[in-house]
Amino acid sequence: MPSSFYREIINDHNLRPAHKKSLPGANRTLRGVNPSCGDDITLQLLVEDGIIKDGAYTGDGCAISQASADMMLDLVIGRPVAEAEELSALFLSMIRGTATEEDIERLEEAGALIDVRHMPARVKCAVLGWHTLDGLLAEV
Amino acid sequence: MDIASVRSDFPLLAARPDLAYFDSAATAQRPACVLEAARRFYEETNANPLRGLYDLSQAATDAYESAREEVRRFLGAAESGEIIFTRNATESLNLVAYSCGQHLSPGDEIVVSVLEHHSNLLPWQQLAARAQARLRLVPVTADGRITEEAFRKELSCRTRIVAMAHVSNVLGTENDIRLFARLAHKAGAVFVCDGAQSVPHLPVNVRNLDVDFLAFSGHKMGGPMGIGVLYGKKELLQAMPPFLTGGEMIEYVTKTSATWAELPHKFEAGTVNAAGAVGLAAAIRYLNGLGWDEIVRREEELSEKTFEALTAIPHLHILGSPAAADHHGIFSFTIDGVHPHDIAEIANADGICLRAGHHCAQVLMQELHVPSTARVSVSFLNTEDEIGRLAKCLASVRERMGYAE
Repeated sequence: MPSSFYREIINDHNLRPAHKKSLPGANRTLRGVNPSCGDDITLQLLVEDGIIKDGAYTGDGCAISQASADMMLDLVIGRPVAEAEELSALFLSMIRGTATEEDIERLEEAGALIDVRHMPARVKCAVLGWHTLDGLLAEV
Repeated sequence: MDIASVRSDFPLLAARPDLAYFDSAATAQRPACVLEAARRFYEETNANPLRGLYDLSQAATDAYESAREEVRRFLGAAESGEIIFTRNATESLNLVAYSCGQHLSPGDEIVVSVLEHHSNLLPWQQLAARAQARLRLVPVTADGRITEEAFRKELSCRTRIVAMAHVSNVLGTENDIRLFARLAHKAGAVFVCDGAQSVPHLPVNVRNLDVDFLAFSGHKMGGPMGIGVLYGKKELLQAMPPFLTGGEMIEYVTKTSATWAELPHKFEAGTVNAAGAVGLAAAIRYLNGLGWDEIVRREEELSEKTFEALTAIPHLHILGSPAAADHHGIFSFTIDGVHPHDIAEIANADGICLRAGHHCAQVLMQELHVPSTARVSVSFLNTEDEIGRLAKCLASVRERMGYAE
């Protein structure tokens, strides 16, 4: 594991998250938990006409789980549900080590978590927000 | 203790001078003599112990039984029949809960403490559910101690079993086992001691403590993984039904019934882990050779130095006692604003092995109102240099996580 893993971009999303708050107008809410390590987030979305109009999360966990959720919301807010699902699949393929460079570019800042593919113990943390998003969108 | 020479007995430490291993409470490193003893068993005396009538099988039996005798001497037990080999402390505790638990009636009570490892909690939860018994949990003080008063409050005329860790795997606190065993006996209960964290670090004598059962794992004291021990008083073990049934634990079998072998074989169904037992005996001889006074003295000294180094770090909080001597080398801590998994990840980047999480003690975590902690566990194999590296790394964690200072 490179000692530079906690790069500024990850620390910044962890310490100064843009979307860590509750969303009073949300029409979908789902909690995601990693029981073994205690990462615990509640993801809220406002979905209208097939578009993710807004999103937010609350919870506790390691920097990877929290920063990943924040970067994910940066990426998917304003996009159609189908595109968000596609990006989530791309993120998972990045973590599995099967995504191309072009794919990773589409993930924008979330691409900073690429090193997690070499950190098997932290995969659960990185994908928690994305799995929760998948769960929420599957309800749409 | 010539620490450089002692460390050279450990192949992994010799091969990885870059690593500072601070996770001995999870598993210890193994000296070469343990690995050699297990290999020699397979190379020179391998046959199925306790079965064959040929010389080689007898040699395997002798190797296995002399390992049992080594463990008996080590624990100060009266008879080798009181030493049951299991896979680990977890299996030992499950064995007691299953077999000793069969005499419980609805309304009977089992007492454990809130600081138990899950392996000394879940078997009793399960037993309570099966037997319609009541499970009572002794609370701990804010600094992690079990007081006599709190313990007495949970005892009643219905208490049948008391189970308690000797040393907490989270806080390092040592419980006064002699006292609690005496109080349990007065209440008419049997006392089960989880020695997983004490047996590798303190001289433990089962007759001196007067416990009815004691469980520990070989791998936490330099033995192989997959071998553990249950000590039990003979009259209790004799009265208990077997845990697992199958090969080599019977006296006589008919189409519909069976009678059981004598102790300890009644509790050792199937082919045993003889190489593991031989390896554990080698680990015990190795530790005896270093000298227990010397091990305890060195671990106390390193524990004190670790405590001092950690308490000097701003934003770092050690859970449990504010006195170094109460920690027995185990320090669970938090750092403000940094999740324990991130602490462990940063330590890993610096070649330092730490544990982070709930340490299989979620009830204690709930009592202490922390979701998880990072944990340093020190053994006689650690060095002052490693403690310096640890302190330097932990002091840098907040900055590396993006905090300004």
